[in-house]
Amino acid sequence: MLSSIAKPFAALALAAALISIVLAALGASPLGVFAALGEGAFGSWYACVDTVVKSTPLVFTGLAVALAFSGALWNIGADGQLTIGAIAAGAIGPHLGNFPHPIAIAGILAAGCLGGAVWGGLAGWLRARRDVNEVISTIMLNFVAVQALSWVVHGPLMEPSRAYPTSSPIARAAQLEFYFAPSRINLGMLLAVVLAAVCYLLLFRTGAGFELRAMGRNRRAATFFGVRIPALTFWVMTLSGALAGLGGAVQVSAISHRLYEKLSPGWGFEAIAVALVARLNPLGIIPAAILFGALDNGSQAMQRTQGVSPELVQVIQGLVILIILAFDTPAWSAVREQIFGATGEAAAVPPVAEMPDA
Amino acid sequence: MLEAFLISSITMATPILLAALGELLVEESGVINIGIEGAMLAGAFAALAIAYFSGSTALGLGGGVAAGVAINAIFAVLVVNLAVNQVVTGTAVSILALGLTGVFYRKLFGVTGKAFMVAPIAKIPLGPLARIPLLGPVLFNHNALVYFTFILAPALWYVIAHTRYGLRLRACGERPEAADALGLGVIAIRWQALVVSGAMTGLAGAFLTLAYAGTFVENISAGRGFVALSVVIVGRWNSWGLVAASVLFGAAMALQFGLQALGTIVPYQLFLALPYALTLVVLAGFGGQAAAPSALGEPYRRD
Repeated sequence: MLSSIAKPFAALALAAALISIVLAALGASPLGVFAALGEGAFGSWYACVDTVVKSTPLVFTGLAVALAFSGALWNIGADGQLTIGAIAAGAIGPHLGNFPHPIAIAGILAAGCLGGAVWGGLAGWLRARRDVNEVISTIMLNFVAVQALSWVVHGPLMEPSRAYPTSSPIARAAQLEFYFAPSRINLGMLLAVVLAAVCYLLLFRTGAGFELRAMGRNRRAATFFGVRIPALTFWVMTLSGALAGLGGAVQVSAISHRLYEKLSPGWGFEAIAVALVARLNPLGIIPAAILFGALDNGSQAMQRTQGVSPELVQVIQGLVILIILAFDTPAWSAVREQIFGATGEAAAVPPVAEMPDA
Repeated sequence: MLEAFLISSITMATPILLAALGELLVEESGVINIGIEGAMLAGAFAALAIAYFSGSTALGLGGGVAAGVAINAIFAVLVVNLAVNQVVTGTAVSILALGLTGVFYRKLFGVTGKAFMVAPIAKIPLGPLARIPLLGPVLFNHNALVYFTFILAPALWYVIAHTRYGLRLRACGERPEAADALGLGVIAIRWQALVVSGAMTGLAGAFLTLAYAGTFVENISAGRGFVALSVVIVGRWNSWGLVAASVLFGAAMALQFGLQALGTIVPYQLFLALPYALTLVVLAGFGGQAAAPSALGEPYRRD
């Protein structure tokens, strides 16, 4: 238990050390940059609230990635699934004006779920029935989703004056309200936290969750124990897509209120860092998402006061993933056992990206 | 009009083909490298930065190659030596390269707002061949990188299909345990494939900045590394297939620019999505993995 909590922190500390080297190469002061990041993310009530707002989509995509990765299904497509969910929400949103607020909210969120589920389910179906590696299909579906978004905001969903490449704003009734205005705190984060708990129960307290984790450890062995791999694959990818799509719908409903190109700054990819820091534990997704949301939020202040561009956050994301992967190797486990004693703890990431048998 | 479109198709196809040939080499050895996008981006940035400050195109090209190799070396340490998950590592490498090039680009050029341009690499018309109507300008009036790439394709096909080294490479991708038992050195061969591929991918990135754009913008590779990944699949892991697929995708990109300029009713996004959609159709139609090396994506651990 000790090392399972210590490991992500050790990884973050090593990432911080490597980032300091990059910052030194840029001629910036590492301490100044880290202080600016913290100040920008948590320095005021407003900053804290914005950190929560920026973390919300990461909880949804983080959960999507964590569920799929737990079954050794390498869903690289949370970004596309979120985008399709957002398109569905943005398409239905302007037409919900005549419905009561709760119905309109349920409708726009359901549309997002459905959109994401179709996009994730497509990759799941291709894997289950057509033996198509989900890594490749989800990458391709990401790009198709990006182009689909670009097309709808220039074409069928373009706002009536046709001056700007955005969709019409969604109806007032379909907007998640700000409960502590002027701060942008909304019910999205609460929904995300509830879903994290549900995913935790699903993964660790149900038979299906056990089967999923068994499939993640060893697909062949799971088959022998009666796990129906194709059905499980399809449904997990569908659920994973639905979670990401819901994240897109929440973003449209609460924050953006309309569609525009490049709606997602890469939440589906950042989610991989979030899921690995959380060691694929749905409850861990919340603090991990807040950590990366804080980095995103703090990066603006960092740019203002330290002159380091916000892309530094991506350097941090990449390094954190690489370091956690390296920590999960057998070589490191041997070192760890010497320090902490044998823990019997398994690697967070299922070890082998098994391809379907030829 | 047709001539301009065809010339543009070949130009657009070149960096995709060069990177795809590198990816083919790696995949034949049993490794799938999604970090190819990152290596291309790093190559593009390093090539332009070095060419700009040194004033030498040759040094720039060398810098692009070195950056591609460096990115693939990070990938190789994790994937080949530490045997960690190739997909997640590749994604991380791409994110890392996007971040590093962004940060250093802003540092070097973002503050001044000064134009960050170099003269594009000169074209070399191939004597009388270049004077053939239509065919001449389309095929025989390009820069050296284009010729190099299209000569590399058959050369790589020969090496993979007909040499002892190619056989060893494929053994590592099909049955790594057997290859190891025969003393072929799976680790060494996969490293070699990744280093050579890194050089090719870095050069493809250098093509984008030094030969095509003459400048660098953030995320200039814009998914071309992933298109190269599609090219390998649609081309069915065969050099000739890769040439055909890259020219097809290059043409789709060229057509898209034309359509955007003309403002036709056909949405240009359709052509931008074409490589990715076509890959999905091909994969669904052929049933996934039939032509892929059987150990593709599996870490090899000697135990």
